Amino acid sequence: MSVQEVLPLDGLAAEQEGHYRADHLLVAEMVRRGSKVLDVGCGDGDLLQLLENRGIDGRGIELSREGVNRCVAKGLAVVQGDADTDLVNYPDDAFDYVILSQTLQATRQPRVVLENLLRIGHRAIVSFPNFGYWKMRLQLLIGGHMPRTENLPATWYDTANIHFCTIKDFVQLCDEIGVKMERAEALDLYGRPLRLRLPWWVWNLFGEQGVFLLSRGGGK
Amino acid sequence: MVGVTTVPSPAIAEERSHEADHPSSQVAHFGADQPLSLDCGIDLSPFQIAYQTYGELNAERSNAVLICHALTGDQHVANVHPVTGKPGWWETLVGPGRPLDPQRYFIICANVIGGCMGSTGPASLNPATGKVWGLDFPIITIPDMVRAQAMLIDRLGIETLFAVVGGSMGGMQVLQWTAAYPERVFSALAIACSTRHSAQNIAFHELGRQAVMADPDWHNGRYADHGIHPHRGLAVARMAAHITYLSDAALHRKFGRRMQDRELPTFSFDADFQVESYLRYQGSSFVERFDANSYLYLTRAMDYFDIAGDHDGVLAKAFAGVKTRFCVVSFTSDWLFPTSESRALVHALNASSARVSFAEIETDRGHDAFLLDVPEFFDISRAFLQSAGKARGLNGKGS
Repeated sequence: MSVQEVLPLDGLAAEQEGHYRADHLLVAEMVRRGSKVLDVGCGDGDLLQLLENRGIDGRGIELSREGVNRCVAKGLAVVQGDADTDLVNYPDDAFDYVILSQTLQATRQPRVVLENLLRIGHRAIVSFPNFGYWKMRLQLLIGGHMPRTENLPATWYDTANIHFCTIKDFVQLCDEIGVKMERAEALDLYGRPLRLRLPWWVWNLFGEQGVFLLSRGGGK
Repeated sequence: MVGVTTVPSPAIAEERSHEADHPSSQVAHFGADQPLSLDCGIDLSPFQIAYQTYGELNAERSNAVLICHALTGDQHVANVHPVTGKPGWWETLVGPGRPLDPQRYFIICANVIGGCMGSTGPASLNPATGKVWGLDFPIITIPDMVRAQAMLIDRLGIETLFAVVGGSMGGMQVLQWTAAYPERVFSALAIACSTRHSAQNIAFHELGRQAVMADPDWHNGRYADHGIHPHRGLAVARMAAHITYLSDAALHRKFGRRMQDRELPTFSFDADFQVESYLRYQGSSFVERFDANSYLYLTRAMDYFDIAGDHDGVLAKAFAGVKTRFCVVSFTSDWLFPTSESRALVHALNASSARVSFAEIETDRGHDAFLLDVPEFFDISRAFLQSAGKARGLNGKGS
């Protein structure tokens, strides 16, 4: 699937598309219109804004006070909270989708968080940087240092990301906890989806990030 | 010994007691056919509610905003105060170009029942005796205040309020509105408040009440019959309370250990320090405009407030199925209504799947920050109201 096939999104003016990150557009495309969504780790609210513009009832949780206040100042329904500790406060089936965009690697207990996502929401959309990406591997193999990329510029000692994984690792976790993968996408460095029907190992090598649409049950 | 506070002028005292029955405001009278059912079991009748409005109600009756005032506030949100001659207490938030712009909204603020600025309270005349109510006035609660406001809103012909907005005791009323009349509140902005009064806050209130009652001029609440007012006790109560509205950092920044109009200590109990002089001023300016018994009743109403207590101890039950859009705001240095209280409220709202925004604003100005010029707070209030306005279908005028 090419970017052109993902775009344009209905309900979004063509000139607005340039304002949004390609991976956000992909996530937004996975969400049915009229549904209710929780974005965990919503940052400055760019994705939530995109979802609201498409007539989706979006809510957010964000760890940083500055991020929360910027979201609320945009009129978004965002609360200050921590994915690791606060998801337990949400009742079962409260949302159609729960999104965890580029946040899984920063949680203390990714497995518990993932289980909570699919308890609170009927579906979960999870995106994360792929540590199996060839540039990452090369930096560790040849450079002998912890990888740093354009999208993950922090050094090992000041990064908030404490649980990196590869696409392969994530697929394995989904299998282990019996999560059904409804859709999987690997994105390149610019957030564009890689072409379909490539074997997992290619995605794991050439995907800079993975985006997964998950639902309950159906695992091995 | 030097007196703690100056005695208010008789003219101002006269003006204050006049306002209790004949307010410089619009007044809604409720006769014997419309009693106010109080939580204490008494039907209060007749009674009146004094209120101010700003702006015009639109043809759809969809742009009404109710502002709920705090403990020592009143209905004079955005106009010159009839007793003190000072500007309205929330002109930072309400006015042309402000987040609550009368060009855009029909803004209502009513003096709470039990208050002393024209709504029936202990300073009003009891028609049964022809004397001031005093302690014969029944104990009122936050739900009673809201019930009275709902009667006023009915009288004004408004079915659904676009927004209910308030800080501190006003925030408690906002939450009570959403718990008692969820279908009548489209959006709720609850600032620096809590769903229940904490033990520490009850303790501070008791301190204030005891200060009033310890003043010999209080006369068991019948001071009006003696033509006096326990201004010393009330001033001390206000001084103690005022400290709780600030923060250590704010007091230090504002006053430090600086001396008042002198270089050296006088080795006396005179107000050597600027902070003492400031507190004395706060005390004496407060007693000019506020009735001592009213202070007892309103602090008591806050003490009794506990939304969860009214719903089997489960806060989320109070908000089950609520459609109201919430915005909860707290301030980092507020130790009277700390962020943890707002967070508990937000958790309960999340558990009820309510649409809620929650922002904690960094400031060293303590609880009073909600009344002060804090730009981040205004940005958030404005954006929340605009986004709610869009959902409500209010036109973009003034946005």
